Amino acid sequence: MAVVNLLTAINQALDQKLADDPSVVVYGEDAGYEGGVFRVTAGLQKKYGVDRVFDTPIAEAAITGNAVGMAINGLRPIAELQFDGFVFPGYTEIVTHMARYRNRTRGKHGLPIVVRFPVGGGIRALEHHSESIETLLGHIPGLKVVFPSTPYDAKGLMISAIEDPDPVIFMEPKRIYRSGKQEVPEEMYRIPIGKAKVVQEGSDITVVAWGAMMREAEKAIKLLENENISVELIDLRTINPIDEETIIESVKKTGRFLVVQEAVKTYGPGAELISLVNEKAFLYLEAAPTRVTGFDITVPLAKGEMFHFVQPERIADQIKKVARF
Amino acid sequence: MLFKDYDPLKKKRLSILDEKGKIVNKELEPDIDKKTLLNMYKTMALGRIADTKALQYQRQGRMLTYAPNKGQEAAQVGAAAAMQEQDWFVPAFRELNAMLYRGVTLEQIYLYWYGNEWGSHFDEGVKVLPINIIIGSQINHASGVAYASKILKKNEVAVASIGDGGTSHGEFYEGLNFASSFDLPLVVMIQNNQYAISTPRKKATKAETLAQKAVAFGIPGMQVDGNDILAMYVAMKESIEYARSGKGPVLIEAYTYRLGPHTTSDDPTLYREDKEVEMWEKRDPMIRFKKYLIDKGYWSEKEDKALEAEQTKFVGETFKKVEQSGTEDLLDIFQYTYKEMTPQLKEQYETHKKFLEEGGK
Ligand SMILES: Cc1ncc(C[n+]2csc(CCOP(=O)(O)OP(=O)(O)O)c2C)c(N)n1
Repeated sequence: MAVVNLLTAINQALDQKLADDPSVVVYGEDAGYEGGVFRVTAGLQKKYGVDRVFDTPIAEAAITGNAVGMAINGLRPIAELQFDGFVFPGYTEIVTHMARYRNRTRGKHGLPIVVRFPVGGGIRALEHHSESIETLLGHIPGLKVVFPSTPYDAKGLMISAIEDPDPVIFMEPKRIYRSGKQEVPEEMYRIPIGKAKVVQEGSDITVVAWGAMMREAEKAIKLLENENISVELIDLRTINPIDEETIIESVKKTGRFLVVQEAVKTYGPGAELISLVNEKAFLYLEAAPTRVTGFDITVPLAKGEMFHFVQPERIADQIKKVARF
Repeated sequence: MLFKDYDPLKKKRLSILDEKGKIVNKELEPDIDKKTLLNMYKTMALGRIADTKALQYQRQGRMLTYAPNKGQEAAQVGAAAAMQEQDWFVPAFRELNAMLYRGVTLEQIYLYWYGNEWGSHFDEGVKVLPINIIIGSQINHASGVAYASKILKKNEVAVASIGDGGTSHGEFYEGLNFASSFDLPLVVMIQNNQYAISTPRKKATKAETLAQKAVAFGIPGMQVDGNDILAMYVAMKESIEYARSGKGPVLIEAYTYRLGPHTTSDDPTLYREDKEVEMWEKRDPMIRFKKYLIDKGYWSEKEDKALEAEQTKFVGETFKKVEQSGTEDLLDIFQYTYKEMTPQLKEQYETHKKFLEEGGK
């Protein structure tokens, strides 16, 4: 088994699905010849030709809107948007059409589309290159939203996303594109969309995170090594649909619940997850469920970025508070 | 009338100063005073040095991502010099020279690329909007500025800049169409530097020139040699006065070349040939403008050497200042999201301040 990073794992998934299914096409700004600004699609155009892997003009509404038409007419488009902040010029097509076509046509036109893009901060980038926007997509009925944290999951989830009959938003935590390698099987395998993963079992508190925040949560747990707190850590993996079962089962066991999210606080996924726990496991709770989040500010440029970050120390501090309540 | 002679459908490109620094279009040579000409040249020279140094600083890990301007100095300074003081410049992001000419300081520009929000805060009276990263949207902002100018009778023209790639974007069309339907005082300058990251201009549109796009808006357009500062100045001067007179917007395509990478994260050897770059190096806008000034008796190699030394020192000192400014403080990060912090934000600020004061990270 090859040991690869998250970026390469996604490249493998795209490569294998392009080979496996002639209706798959991959495209975006600079995604063809150069293989995208992060090189996630590197080598694919050479292998599959310019009709199936191609560069587009800089026009995100055209990128997302064309996916709608392609999918209606028999293709399985995988569209790349260059950065999280550039989703918005294409957002109108995603929200007003991509998410609604199945419902609008009473099931006649389901849209098997993947929209993928790098997400989140931590690479000292320019404005609009560091936002965590899962709330804004997870909130839209008709979209599935995936957010992996490891190379293994990224490959398996990408293959599932491409095969999914509905539009899937696939968020790639750019901060960990290249850091952290893992054994990833050569062959195609699938990880179901909507299934969280218990990464570490524990009995005192349930901590849920996803994407790059998994690494920070893991670091926080290390900081607490001598504190005698047994943490159950769950990787959410899919923002929508939420794997309620795994979370609720865990909270029933631990009685305590903490969400770690990079996104700004107000109306973020943490609010949703905490509501869920209140609705479905209220009687098992021994402390108020809570969250560690980014602040309600415009994501600062690099010189102030660390103030917005959810650092391991903040997570550890909060874990202690909830566990010792 | 320039717009008639250089009708974009006639496939002509305006040029006045050729690659050897010789005037090829005598009747169009602008009458610019010596001081202004030298100011234009010095801005370009400063831009070139600041650009080169920024790349070096980035390679040393002292600067963040940076978008180089090398090769586009004439397009930028020609446009800026044609503006009047009361006019507005609405940039995309690759605009170092135009911003310098319009009064943004190098320190502010470096701060921006250094990752500090104060780099978008310009001095009072500097009529330049901050760098715009979202491709194309500045065209609508500029059109709005022009609308306000028109109804408030301010006599200000908005000059917006966009890349060749940016002309693919919806907002380019929406903004220019809006401005043309209201006859707004807007000039849009396309800096066609031949590439949108790795995508060549020819792959972005089948239109023979980008200037032709003016036809569909019902406005004048013109393709100009963007490495010829005199041609850029003349074309922009005429366009800005046309817009000022209430006749509506103009579209100018500056035909130029980005000699460096797209940004410091880019590797242009993956998508373009050395031969092409070498050809464009011969068309360097700096070389031909310098020759022109020397031929006119306004400048000498000796003065040029002295200027280079002086500007290199200035750039180094400016960057040092920027580096010493270090990081922003917590309050700075929180207090500009709203005029007044919301109750929730205030609570988040107070909590985090306390956390940091107690030794948290
Ligand atoms: C809406 C949007 N999409 C994508 C990007 C990423 N991006 C930054 S620069 C660039 C290419 C711009 O090309 P062009 O407009 O020709 O200007 P140039 O960089 O050549 O000056 C792209 C695609 C962006 N900044 N904004």
